[in-house]
Amino acid sequence: MQAISGSMANEMVEPEATPHLHLDIDRTGQAAVPDDTGDPVFEVEDLSVYYGDFRAVQGATFTVYEHEITAMIGPSGCGKTTVLRCFNRMNDLIPTARVEGRLNFRNVSLYDPRVDPVEVRRRIGMVFQKPNPFPKSIYDNVAFGPRVTGMAKKKGDLDDIVERSLHRAALWDEVHDRMKDSALGLSGGQQQRLCIARAIAVDPDVLLMDEPCSALDPIATTRIEDLMQEIKDDYTIVIVTHNMQQAARISNRTAFFTAQLDSTTDQRSGLLVEYDRTETIFSNPSDERTENYVTGRFG
Amino acid sequence: MAKARLIGDRTSRVMVQAMERRAADVRGRVFQFSLLTTLLISLFILGVLIADVMIDAWGLLTGRPGGFLSGTMRSLSDDPKLGVQQALVGTFWIAVFVAVLAFPIGIGAAIWLEEYAPRNRFTRFIELNIRNLAGVPSIVYGLLGLFLFVQSLGDLTGGKSIAAAGITLAILVLPIVIITAQEAIRAVPQGLKEGAYGVGATKWTMIRSQVLPYAAPGIFTGTLLSMSRGIGEAAPLLLVGAVSGRLGGNPGFFDLSAINAESFMAMPVIIVEWVQNSGRDPGFAEAAAAAIVVLLVFVILMNAAAILLRNHFEKKRG
Repeated sequence: MQAISGSMANEMVEPEATPHLHLDIDRTGQAAVPDDTGDPVFEVEDLSVYYGDFRAVQGATFTVYEHEITAMIGPSGCGKTTVLRCFNRMNDLIPTARVEGRLNFRNVSLYDPRVDPVEVRRRIGMVFQKPNPFPKSIYDNVAFGPRVTGMAKKKGDLDDIVERSLHRAALWDEVHDRMKDSALGLSGGQQQRLCIARAIAVDPDVLLMDEPCSALDPIATTRIEDLMQEIKDDYTIVIVTHNMQQAARISNRTAFFTAQLDSTTDQRSGLLVEYDRTETIFSNPSDERTENYVTGRFG
Repeated sequence: MAKARLIGDRTSRVMVQAMERRAADVRGRVFQFSLLTTLLISLFILGVLIADVMIDAWGLLTGRPGGFLSGTMRSLSDDPKLGVQQALVGTFWIAVFVAVLAFPIGIGAAIWLEEYAPRNRFTRFIELNIRNLAGVPSIVYGLLGLFLFVQSLGDLTGGKSIAAAGITLAILVLPIVIITAQEAIRAVPQGLKEGAYGVGATKWTMIRSQVLPYAAPGIFTGTLLSMSRGIGEAAPLLLVGAVSGRLGGNPGFFDLSAINAESFMAMPVIIVEWVQNSGRDPGFAEAAAAAIVVLLVFVILMNAAAILLRNHFEKKRG
């Protein structure tokens, strides 16, 4: 069962000793936080995720800050996508998935029984690994979220939202004259930008991106990365990426996960090794495993 | 230097020899040919059947096609008013019953099983049983219909009526409708569902806006094919009481009082009836063949409708 309380962040107790973790951020959100850091958006404390008996992630603790791009990197099977999918309760769709520990979003415990996952996903948008536009027109793709959440009161409102979202996703110039065409006719990179437009159309607080460029060519990747830089002033972005250069290029903070073999259960589970400012992770990491990974010696 | 050697005379000859196909792929050819043979055998049998029926029915259908369609059951095969009108009306209304009952119930059950049911033993047990029900002989459904809809619920259905027969056939095709609809719903990509959830759609919104439109072509094809199977069934109808006697004259196609009238006829049953009569009156063999052609056309029209609907929904889903 879920062992998550609905308590506020300022009631947080010190986490249990996790000696292998290097954490230079203060969990009370005061002392060690540099001046330019915004408010905490996600406060993750001792988060473990299970699929049935299999523990996919064990005891991750870190904090995601407002208007930053936070990258999660690590080898396959390290649980980074699993953690990302906790942030908007997408793991709820997997019947056997179970979460332990604390996960607060702006001082609300996300897994509190009173929290409605639909409202969570309204505020915390997601862009998926494989571009997944709906088999509808370009317009209807972007208008889908505002429609189902009842954002647009008038027809004109909806047009405005669609146009604004496509502008922000840097797609408007390419599609404004064929809004009624099927979204499936777009290229892969355009489809992914359409998915970003669709996600930001409901005006979310956070944008989760699960390897959004892994199915794209370098030019499309660059466009998405530029786009992320442009919109991060309005949103908080958490991105999972396989691509270390991408994390180094775009993110403010980086969480390095690895898969660790648990000798008692003989299963591999994901472990947060180190979380820090991106330049620290890539230039002066504290943990040897991080250094090995970012220098390409492992993973 | 390595490159120069590769395009050298001797090496290129070796290459050509190695690259050219030495022997025909005998086994592959044999396999391909036997597959083609199996297809041709089934097509040949079907062709013979259709040709045989068409030859038998030719005289009657070309002689007085309108009269045969609007005529009724007669005791003699050379009666100029002999025809299938009552049976066509019966089959039409049975099809309506199947569409109205089996489609919504079956599609609803399939949505529940795929999207809402917990993945546990009980659900698996239900799914297994639905698969078993699809394989139950149709005569068993006839018995069920006789006991349940003709006898126990006779006050509602009017006894041995079109209503009782229609409900019975609806139950007969229900498992097939559920299974085909389940397959279509299961084929909806997970990415679409997550995409809808990702912008704050509720489960119901997600199903209505993504699952159903995407699955619609498959659902329609499957359900309408199961319908054509259902209306071709004779055995259960014999049990729930399609009769040749006491039939009203020419019931109108939309005469609703005929639905729970105490007697009705259907296309498969009229074929059985006339084949039996052909022993004493050989002319009925021709009438039976003509009735088969009429039923075939009915089924083909319905399948054509299924294909048109599927294309329509496929175009809509982009």
